[in-house]
Amino acid sequence: MTLHVADLHAYYGKSHILHGVTLHVGEGEIVSLLGRNGVGRSTTCKAIMGLVAPAGTVLWRGKNIAGLRPNLIARQGIGYVPEDRQVFPMLTVRQNLALGLKRAGQLGRWSFDDVFALFPNLAARQDNPAGVLSGGEQQMLTMCRTLMGDPDLILIDEPTEGLAPRLVEQVGVLLAEIARRGVSILLVEQKLTIALRISQRLYVMGHGRIVFEGTPAELEAGAAIRREWLEV
Amino acid sequence: MQLLTDTLLSGLVYGMLLFMLASGLTLIFSMMGVLNFAHASIYMLGAYFAFTISHYIGFWAALVLAPLACGLIGAAIEVWGLRRCHANGHIAELLFTFGLVFIFQRAVMMVWGTLAVPYQVPASLNFPLFQLYGQNFPAYRAFMLLVTALMLLSIWLLLKKTRIGLIIQAALTHPDMVSALGHDVPRVFTIVFAGGCLLAGLAGVIGGNYFSTDSGMADAMGPIVFVVVVFGGLGSLAGCFVASIFMGMVQTAAVMVNGSIASLFAPFGIALGGDSLLGEILTIPLARVSPLLPYVLMVLILFFRPRGLMGARDA
Repeated sequence: MTLHVADLHAYYGKSHILHGVTLHVGEGEIVSLLGRNGVGRSTTCKAIMGLVAPAGTVLWRGKNIAGLRPNLIARQGIGYVPEDRQVFPMLTVRQNLALGLKRAGQLGRWSFDDVFALFPNLAARQDNPAGVLSGGEQQMLTMCRTLMGDPDLILIDEPTEGLAPRLVEQVGVLLAEIARRGVSILLVEQKLTIALRISQRLYVMGHGRIVFEGTPAELEAGAAIRREWLEV
Repeated sequence: MQLLTDTLLSGLVYGMLLFMLASGLTLIFSMMGVLNFAHASIYMLGAYFAFTISHYIGFWAALVLAPLACGLIGAAIEVWGLRRCHANGHIAELLFTFGLVFIFQRAVMMVWGTLAVPYQVPASLNFPLFQLYGQNFPAYRAFMLLVTALMLLSIWLLLKKTRIGLIIQAALTHPDMVSALGHDVPRVFTIVFAGGCLLAGLAGVIGGNYFSTDSGMADAMGPIVFVVVVFGGLGSLAGCFVASIFMGMVQTAAVMVNGSIASLFAPFGIALGGDSLLGEILTIPLARVSPLLPYVLMVLILFFRPRGLMGARDA
């Protein structure tokens, strides 16, 4: 088991956001984290990544990484793609990708050519400032930027939010390609369709806790769970 | 013509000096959110260090050693001071740098006394370089322009052509993301803080003997530098540069121009003035209001364009 999170708590100031989240992601596995807005899915990612202070255990390959600084966690092989994209607007597409590398000339599973072959749009605009890209292009750029750092596990927060159906398909293609190269994925999603199609296992969160764990088939069978925790 | 070129050149020298201070301050401010009140104190320290070092070893050694010492002080402030205060929020950091201002000022008074020290332009640069409209152009002024131009070039190369420069630029907008990509952002903060202090020190070395080296020089320079940072826009070095040169020109020009607001209207046959309060304000010589101009401009820009000239976000 690569990532094992146990009894994870997190706070924003005085408000208690995560109430003991327990989950795991195996080697090469795609796991989705579902739930309505505000139940703590993004905070779970940030706590694993060290961007909000975690209390509890985050075991990564058997070592507790809870409380380490984000850059050290990244260097252990965990990548993070934030919900709000956060491209570096004044830097070019190519410079954004270059910053994904942990040091200049790093060789990993992903190269500039891979990225540009997958997304010809990014290739055509590689010398443009990232700030002028469309929302969809920025989303692809953020994901690819993190991939350039060659993570073994990638935490992706709502990659399809606000994207047109055609672009959602592209995200799906990229996720499949990431998995094909042996990278584990923890995917935070709201769209059930994508999550059910590509995940091996799913978690549903409610009120800062895990309220369901199972396979896509089990979630499809569990209408009560869906009604209580997912449907709006 | 002579007045104009002289004004432009003095304005340029002063503006470049402002930029040396303001560039560091704006980078620190936009990356770390820390309004470093003590930035101008480092400028003062640079001048005093240069005075003492040139007394014993010479000006050229001071030109190298004094900025380095300021850079080291900057690194120490960041690592042992600011980082500790950071946990308690921006107000704590602000008050911390505010305290440093007084500590540095008192320390300077204790070591070097309250009067101006005789920090002179070095003899090797104290000659007229050429004649301009019958007036001598001092070699030291050309030297200042050269040093500031070299500094501008090296900042540009560092930011645009190196990897650490890329990381600094990225951290201006999204420091957390940069950190999540595996870069050591606190270390980058230290480098930027130390670099900013090094530039402030360098400005002190070349400015202290051109103007005057006394314990009030930080107070005189500090507010103007803040105005430049706000005016140019947070996070924008280009804006900071334009604002520095502009402020340099405005202040120098206002001092050198004979006349008042009322005299601007005189050629049109409009006579302003009289005994009313407004009349008196309009007839005050511009030279006397020149110290006020930068602040008036800052207030105006905060009113009408809070991002500053080229800022990436609101002040």
